[in-house]
Amino acid sequence: MTKSILLVGVGGQGTILASKLLTTGLMEAGYDVKMSEIHGMSQRGGSVSSQVRYGDKVESPVIEIGGADILVSFEKMEALRWLEYLKIGGKIVVNNFQIKPVSLLSGKGEYSDKILDELKDKADTIIVDAAEKARELGNERVMNVILLGSTVKLMNLQEIDWDKIIEENVKSQFVEINKRALQAGMDLV
Amino acid sequence: MKKLLTGNEAIARGAYEAGVRYAAAYPGTPSTEILENITQYEEIKAEWAANEKVALESSIGASIAGARAIASMKHVGLNVASDPLMSFAYTGVTGGLVIVTADEPGQHSSQTEQDNRHFAPFAKIPMLEPSDSQESKDMVKIALEISEEFDTPVLLRTTTRVCHSKSIVDCYDREEVPIIEYKKNKQKYITVPAFAKILRVKVEERIEKLKEYSNNTPLNFIEWNDKKIGVISSGMCFNYAKEVFGESASYLKLGFTYPLPDEMIKEFASQVDKIYIIEENDPIIEERVKMLGFDCHGVDTFPPYGELTPDIIRKSVEGSTKPSLEYDKSMVVPRPPTLCAGCPHRGFFYELRKIIAKKNAVVVGDIGCYTLGMAEPYDGIDFTINMGSAYPAAHGAQSVFNMLEDNKRRVIAMQGDSTFFHTGISGLLSTVFNKGNTINVVLDNRATAMTGHQDNPGTGYTAEKDPTISLDIETLVRACGINNVISVNPNDLEAMRNAFNWALAIEDEPSVIITRWPCALKKFTKEDREEFEGLFSDKYEVEEEVCIGCKRCTKTGCPAIEFKTDINKSYIDYNQCVGCSVCYQVCPTGAIRKVVK
Repeated sequence: MTKSILLVGVGGQGTILASKLLTTGLMEAGYDVKMSEIHGMSQRGGSVSSQVRYGDKVESPVIEIGGADILVSFEKMEALRWLEYLKIGGKIVVNNFQIKPVSLLSGKGEYSDKILDELKDKADTIIVDAAEKARELGNERVMNVILLGSTVKLMNLQEIDWDKIIEENVKSQFVEINKRALQAGMDLV
Repeated sequence: MKKLLTGNEAIARGAYEAGVRYAAAYPGTPSTEILENITQYEEIKAEWAANEKVALESSIGASIAGARAIASMKHVGLNVASDPLMSFAYTGVTGGLVIVTADEPGQHSSQTEQDNRHFAPFAKIPMLEPSDSQESKDMVKIALEISEEFDTPVLLRTTTRVCHSKSIVDCYDREEVPIIEYKKNKQKYITVPAFAKILRVKVEERIEKLKEYSNNTPLNFIEWNDKKIGVISSGMCFNYAKEVFGESASYLKLGFTYPLPDEMIKEFASQVDKIYIIEENDPIIEERVKMLGFDCHGVDTFPPYGELTPDIIRKSVEGSTKPSLEYDKSMVVPRPPTLCAGCPHRGFFYELRKIIAKKNAVVVGDIGCYTLGMAEPYDGIDFTINMGSAYPAAHGAQSVFNMLEDNKRRVIAMQGDSTFFHTGISGLLSTVFNKGNTINVVLDNRATAMTGHQDNPGTGYTAEKDPTISLDIETLVRACGINNVISVNPNDLEAMRNAFNWALAIEDEPSVIITRWPCALKKFTKEDREEFEGLFSDKYEVEEEVCIGCKRCTKTGCPAIEFKTDINKSYIDYNQCVGCSVCYQVCPTGAIRKVVK
């Protein structure tokens, strides 16, 4: 049975590293894995997604509308943007963190404070304070790996040797903090 | 050894394993990472060419000299390279040559959605289409073998989803392929009419042999399941089709797609009840199947444009996508791409807007990050057609405006440094030669920025990061015959404004303004740090008590600046600010100040 994990966020938040660690771990655990990302013009501060699928045999690397088992959003509004991709009965992991779109920066509109309520109303939603946790760990950038930790736990993938995956794919000076971030993410859910 | 690779990484790996010795490309989404990844293999000489035509031509030279070669480009790049393609299709190869065309169904980063499968029959060369990373790697090797066996360049057609999706690939060691001894062969390699007429006949003979190959290669195969539905598909669409139909359909999977395998199509089509052709964009397979006398469903069922993702296929066939949540989308605001904090184009566009308003100027854009200057708050572009078109299109427009009585309208054209080297120089040359009077801007941000900061003839480094010449644009422009050239730092708004006024005062000759400051996201070279003093080393902040809430700083469009409506003051995000100082210069009250460290 193929499982689908949709990681979404804003360009620069580290969805690409999170999906790289995730897919490498899944491959080493013996799953067939496919992953799709769109790079290029849409990326600078734009909405980004990494679509990860794994199982015995994966056909499409692209997740369908209504097809994701779990929607992991690195930013609140992005969870809502991509919500139609969640399977009925699927789970949402959302980072309690907002990045204002440029159109709202000039003061012409407001970032809605009802987004988390809407998410909770529609699906099983787990709110993760990854930014706060990352700052506690000493580097806001590890927010992505905290969210990865939460995802791993919710998808029952803790058996994979994530420490080894981090050691092999992260620059040596950031290995320790990322290991702690992954564990912290698991502990948050 | 198993690796998780993108299609582009797999193509690079395939070139390595198959003994390729020479690779050339011009950056373009979604093809860029092919050459970037090839640079990691020392056995292959990997080069960024000035443009796609040059990339293919130098690859042709490598092939003629006896080595296996690969040229890669995005779909519109093959338009530029189509001239050598058509001729080299006649001469054939010595060392195998693969041309990768990376198409963009869905136009994620492109001006057109052209279906480059048309190039194969147009040039009369074979075409392969991988559907995942394993096939991407394998097909490079097979394509090189076909190239050498049938004496032809081979088109390897991928799409964005193949290029940028990862899947598991079995990797092996490199097999060295000796360089074939060079022998002069004028009848084969000089395309004068007397020889080309003979080559022309051989092209037709080659196609006949390739038809036979197509019907027998394992690249085309049938997977029998239930025979009520038969799907014929190629590339990424094959995976999508399998996702949607599973074992409820039989499949004819096409990996070798020109010439198509007529016999295999007949065998398949005659045994299934209903045929779906699942292909993105143009109905190429569909028309062939129909020509062979079979009813089938293609563009009558699926959209003939955009990506054909599994949900679109499902909706087209079953009437709806999988069930999904209904929710309030009104809270979701778009996130269009914008010029980054510290982008050196910001100062240019900020001043340009004022010039446009004052002088009724028409502004011609080109292909690069600066295309984003079309949007608010800059509204800085009238038209953008294709790469390298800004200067000549501006010249044509200015020539017509000049015909109008009492014309005051001036035309300003912009190109980035990489675009200028790509196909800009010849346009500028033509403007000078024909006594034009346009204002031509080179936005030199010291990199091919949009595609990820690849090197170009101006950066001082090759693709393999060897130090090389750093072409001086000002000298080159003067050598083209331009008498009026000025170089400015675009972050200095007064200098930028003066440059525009200087150029506008030159009414009967063309002028060139070079804005020179590196992209804020670039990994700066030693030379960048030497040339550009204080390169993004400052931070700016808003002194709240002095800010009058005039919003002038927000009109720079900098994503680091936020206007706080609750207190009616601007705010600069410390982490995003890189200290370009543009907002500092526009603030009328001095509320924006340098952060004291």
